[in-house]
Amino acid sequence: MWPIIQIELFKIYKRPRTYIAFGAIAALILVIQMGLKIDGEAYAGFLMKDINDTLTVDGKVLNGYLICYILLQLLLVHVPLLVALIAADMLSGEANLGTLRLLFTTPYSRTQWVLAKFIAASLYTILLLIWLAFLALFLSMWIFGTDDLFLMKSNYVVLIQEQDVFWRYIGAFIFASFSLLTVAALGFLMSSLANNSIGPIVATISAIVFFTILSTLNIPLFNVVKPYLFTTHMNNWKEFFDIQVDESNDAITGSVLNMAKIKNSIIILTVHIGLFVGASIWIMKKKDILS
Amino acid sequence: MSVIKVQALSKNFGAIKAVDQLSFEVAAGQVYGFLGQNGSGKSTTIRMLLSLIHPSEGHIEIFGQSLTDNRSAILEQVGAVIERPDSYPYLTAQEHLSLFAKLRKQKITAAKIESTLSQVGLLARANDKVQTYSLGMKQRLGIGIALLHDPQLIILDEPTNGLDPQGIADIRQLIQSLSKEEGKTVLVSSHLLSEIEQIASHILIIHQGKKMAEGPTSSLLDPNKTIVQIKTLDDLGAKQKLIASVYHSNLLERAEGLYLRIPKLEIPALNAFLVASNIDLVSLEAKNSLEDYFLQLTSTY
Repeated sequence: MWPIIQIELFKIYKRPRTYIAFGAIAALILVIQMGLKIDGEAYAGFLMKDINDTLTVDGKVLNGYLICYILLQLLLVHVPLLVALIAADMLSGEANLGTLRLLFTTPYSRTQWVLAKFIAASLYTILLLIWLAFLALFLSMWIFGTDDLFLMKSNYVVLIQEQDVFWRYIGAFIFASFSLLTVAALGFLMSSLANNSIGPIVATISAIVFFTILSTLNIPLFNVVKPYLFTTHMNNWKEFFDIQVDESNDAITGSVLNMAKIKNSIIILTVHIGLFVGASIWIMKKKDILS
Repeated sequence: MSVIKVQALSKNFGAIKAVDQLSFEVAAGQVYGFLGQNGSGKSTTIRMLLSLIHPSEGHIEIFGQSLTDNRSAILEQVGAVIERPDSYPYLTAQEHLSLFAKLRKQKITAAKIESTLSQVGLLARANDKVQTYSLGMKQRLGIGIALLHDPQLIILDEPTNGLDPQGIADIRQLIQSLSKEEGKTVLVSSHLLSEIEQIASHILIIHQGKKMAEGPTSSLLDPNKTIVQIKTLDDLGAKQKLIASVYHSNLLERAEGLYLRIPKLEIPALNAFLVASNIDLVSLEAKNSLEDYFLQLTSTY
């Protein structure tokens, strides 16, 4: 199956649309980094204004680690939309071009083609995430330096020592890859249902928005299904930044407050990926290629 | 030996029977013409031969093997162009052939890619993106992809679509050379019936999903099936006189014009009858072509 994965990767590499997402992420991150570099102290002062009277923080609050956290909070909501641009076009775009007929009259089976396309879309998604990590984490570390990570949650603050931060970001990015692969798989499923490019992209984005709203609403009727919605789990990368404390309320280095929640989210997201891709294969195997 | 053997093939789209109990065989080395009006079911049949559409009923054998059970092995030896040229606008012709070369078990060399580009007349534009190509060039690229792996069976659905007269002549020559010089089997469909007439050794005519006629081109063009178009100043009056004559059974029901189906040798006698009957004759034209035969079979009254 490697030849057809190569072909799919080559097509992604050659498509101009591929680079929109990379360009959009770079533009957003660089603009935010520039803004914080110029006016970061005022921004940090605004963040700290409520606790300045009760807490004194030594060191550099606005460091590369905090910038990365701010960027991820902002971008990991929007990156799925960029992933949908490619993943939701993988099958329907070819149906629209008519090239699906070319592919499906080769000796490779439809299952192999669908899997190859999903693997290629997944590699693209992971590359996008690596690009995001490079710009949001490594570039921020280079521009702003590193120090302890000081996070203000809704009703408490978290202080993570500098040497205990980096691995959490690695964990967060690995977790985010599951979230984005779920989006890619959803886009893929939508793509298998249509013969044009735009419909599945819009449908994927709409589905994400719809389920995100359901996940956010605190209505008893929806609470039953919420634990099983992928959108409920997509943002749980943040769990890597909640740490356990000892009896004297000091942070325990290397600990994560709720690792079970992270594992559960990964399982739910993986099941969604399997279901979406499985359904895509089933649909494509049954489908008459008419366009 | 039959390269393609289709038995009682049917395809239903809901209540619509696109293909209805179609059976035919294509022998090795034949150029087999597949004729039918738009919507007659020929593209659906071709897609079933290529496993793009699942048949509702029937059985397809290619190279003596069931398509359902041996799809991969069969398609390794088949090249196809389906209806319109399919290609990626952001890739070049060279990149297209290089990609599709990877999909075959046999090693396809750079020299083979170059010779295929030359064969379809795209060598000079091989490194230009397909989005800059004309429709005819895209069609030739599609044919190049179909021929790249040297298939034993070539299926061409409307291969002359979008080609200029020179391009059409080139494709005709290519199909003939593939059959005569390389011994390939070619199944070709076209709405340009004159094209099929010139290249196909066998013809199948399909209408509303059903087989209307099948046989060697020479037999379908039997002089005894000559169609004569009569143009007069008063078609209605002429028709009444023909109905009252010995020619009443030869008269064809056509929406426009007067047509008779008679042996070629009887045309002078018909001419004499028309003159003797005081019919104001403008012209008498023998249409000994497949097109007329095809129209006769498929016309709806």
